[in-house]
Amino acid sequence: MSAKSENLFMVSLKDAAAGGAVALALFGVLIGMKAEVASGLGGQLGIEYRWAAVAIAVAIVFGGRLLLNLFVWKTDKPVTATAKGFLPSAKPLAKLGKYAMPVFLILAVVLPFLLMSAYGSRGSRQYLDLAILVTTYVMLGWGLNIVVGLAGLLDLGYVAFYAVGAYSYALLAQYFGFSFWICLPLAGILAAFWGIILGFPVLRLRGDYLAIVTLAFGEIIRVVLLNWYDFTGGPDGISGIPRPSFFGIEFERGPGGFADTFGLEYNSIHRIIFLYYLILIMALVTNFVTMRLRKLPVGRAWEALREDEIACRSLGINTTHTKLTAFALGAMFGGFAGSFFATRQGFISPESFTFIESAVILAIVVLGGLGSQIGVVIAAVVMIGGFEFFRGLEEYRMLVFGLLMVVIMVWKPRGLISTRMPSITLSGKKAKGISADLVQEGHG
Amino acid sequence: MSSWETNPVLTIEHLTMRFGGLVAIDDLSFNVGRGDITALIGPNGAGKTTVFNCVTGFYKPTEGRVVMHRTNGEHYLLERMADFQISAKAKVARTFQNIRLFGGMTLLENLMVAQHNPLMLASGYSLAGIFGLATFRKAERQAVEKARYWLEKTALIDRADAPAADLPYGDQRRLEIARAMCSGPELLCLDEPAAGLNPKESGELNTLLQYIRKEHGTSILLIEHDMSVVMEISDHVVVLDYGEKISDGTAAEVKDDPKVIAAYLGVPDEEVDAVEEEVGI
Repeated sequence: MSAKSENLFMVSLKDAAAGGAVALALFGVLIGMKAEVASGLGGQLGIEYRWAAVAIAVAIVFGGRLLLNLFVWKTDKPVTATAKGFLPSAKPLAKLGKYAMPVFLILAVVLPFLLMSAYGSRGSRQYLDLAILVTTYVMLGWGLNIVVGLAGLLDLGYVAFYAVGAYSYALLAQYFGFSFWICLPLAGILAAFWGIILGFPVLRLRGDYLAIVTLAFGEIIRVVLLNWYDFTGGPDGISGIPRPSFFGIEFERGPGGFADTFGLEYNSIHRIIFLYYLILIMALVTNFVTMRLRKLPVGRAWEALREDEIACRSLGINTTHTKLTAFALGAMFGGFAGSFFATRQGFISPESFTFIESAVILAIVVLGGLGSQIGVVIAAVVMIGGFEFFRGLEEYRMLVFGLLMVVIMVWKPRGLISTRMPSITLSGKKAKGISADLVQEGHG
Repeated sequence: MSSWETNPVLTIEHLTMRFGGLVAIDDLSFNVGRGDITALIGPNGAGKTTVFNCVTGFYKPTEGRVVMHRTNGEHYLLERMADFQISAKAKVARTFQNIRLFGGMTLLENLMVAQHNPLMLASGYSLAGIFGLATFRKAERQAVEKARYWLEKTALIDRADAPAADLPYGDQRRLEIARAMCSGPELLCLDEPAAGLNPKESGELNTLLQYIRKEHGTSILLIEHDMSVVMEISDHVVVLDYGEKISDGTAAEVKDDPKVIAAYLGVPDEEVDAVEEEVGI
């Protein structure tokens, strides 16, 4: 016993020392020396040495590796085996999924009233704003889920359609004075139109090439918006975008306003609550349409396309058209969300439509589980909600965020909810979910 | 006159396929008879799968003509059509040498995808489907019935709601045939349907293919290495070697053709000696 544990300790120590040496070689240069314009030297470039920081970094690597060796990697009884028992296994989680849907829905519907009663109309405003933001991302996630999750086309430029929607509303309102309710469908149609225009050349490509080109198209739209100063206002953006009305009734003080019409006392929170319900309904419509389409031939063709494109063509499916419908539909929902974004903010500029937005939406879809609607909701709540909630942590929240992503990807590499539900069953009963191991991710 | 010459369902004329300098198929012509089971055989690398890819539109032939004669009298020049139209309009379905199922979808879903085009039409390009109109629901029920029929014929009905990737190999081969049949073809092209099957399974396959031909009138063109399948069920055998047709006829005729024996087994030593003597090695 003692000889064996002694041996384990020596082996671990050696391994940790090797790790420490590698860390020293790397951090000695990376952390240890910092080129700086030293003020004492009259503006000359000097090198500042930080050996204490190097020592800490090396000590962390050495210590960490030693502990991991002793308790996880080299021992017969790794602690992770014990820890695994505490992690929730997939089965009860799937059961949870059955009840999660109605619970989430009821919670989403009563949320404004819950918040109002808990924090009062003044205090609940920031939480409502956060809820609107999260719901917007849920809608965007659901829109992108059609393209990435169902059709298996990796789209890195989804934010372009969000931008098209937002600018469509802003410009139509600015130049023609159209109201939100006219612009909403127009914005969706225009975004879908752009989806088709971009889709035609792009969808011949597959895999990495498709990803790169969609990324480029996303950037092109932003750069055009930025540089076409006469039309879009360039970096100044567009301000004074009209607020939405309650089907013609404005949210304003005085006679004829929303509060007056319904005999309420005027409160600015009314508009926020209205915006919340607006985006909630828009998101639910997105969800409803997607769920319906999944059970229709076109939805099955999307999923078949993700599984095997060549087999699809051998069965007489026009893959170009099928891809285009997915692309256009995803773009349309992005456009709806975009015009909502414009009317909520009252001001838009190209700043809001950078690549990082596409990346966040894609991350929501991937973390939630490709093709899973409820997964997108959970991921959006955790990511966007968590992101805003931990604003107090300042730069460390990025660290926490990164760590969280790594943990999810190790624990559930195919996203939180990764089982696929069949779209139709022969028995008529609810079929068992299909394990993610069997489902393809799509190749382009 | 043999049936494939008087009443062909598919005629291949002077088909040539070059990949750069490599000539995979060289001036190949043959007919596939209506209602026949035609076997395309030949050693590895003879160009059999290339012929299939040309017929089903996955390759565009360098030269030549491939004509599909449908029962309703329509003719289709397959070499000019996009691959998905060949299945949709010319009614030629195929399976693949390395099985290509939609693994993450259930058996039933696989067969529903195969009926995409009629269902798409019935769903009014999704508009009628979204609102759940009765016409679409009826079409969907019919599609499910057709899928059920083929699942029963291929003895896969018990696993209809299981994912296709979970099936054993032999069942996957049968499912691929069922899926191709669900698209309602008049010519079924099978790329090595018996590969990897045990003798019992390959016997069942023979029965299935003969059933398809007899009950549905579907002509079958198959690539096969398993001679028990070829000799037992095919009416017509075409032998390829190095991209050229070396023999064409009934199974019995082809079996005794010296060229075919040479291609498969090589030539006797004396002949090799004679040729070597001639060229002076």
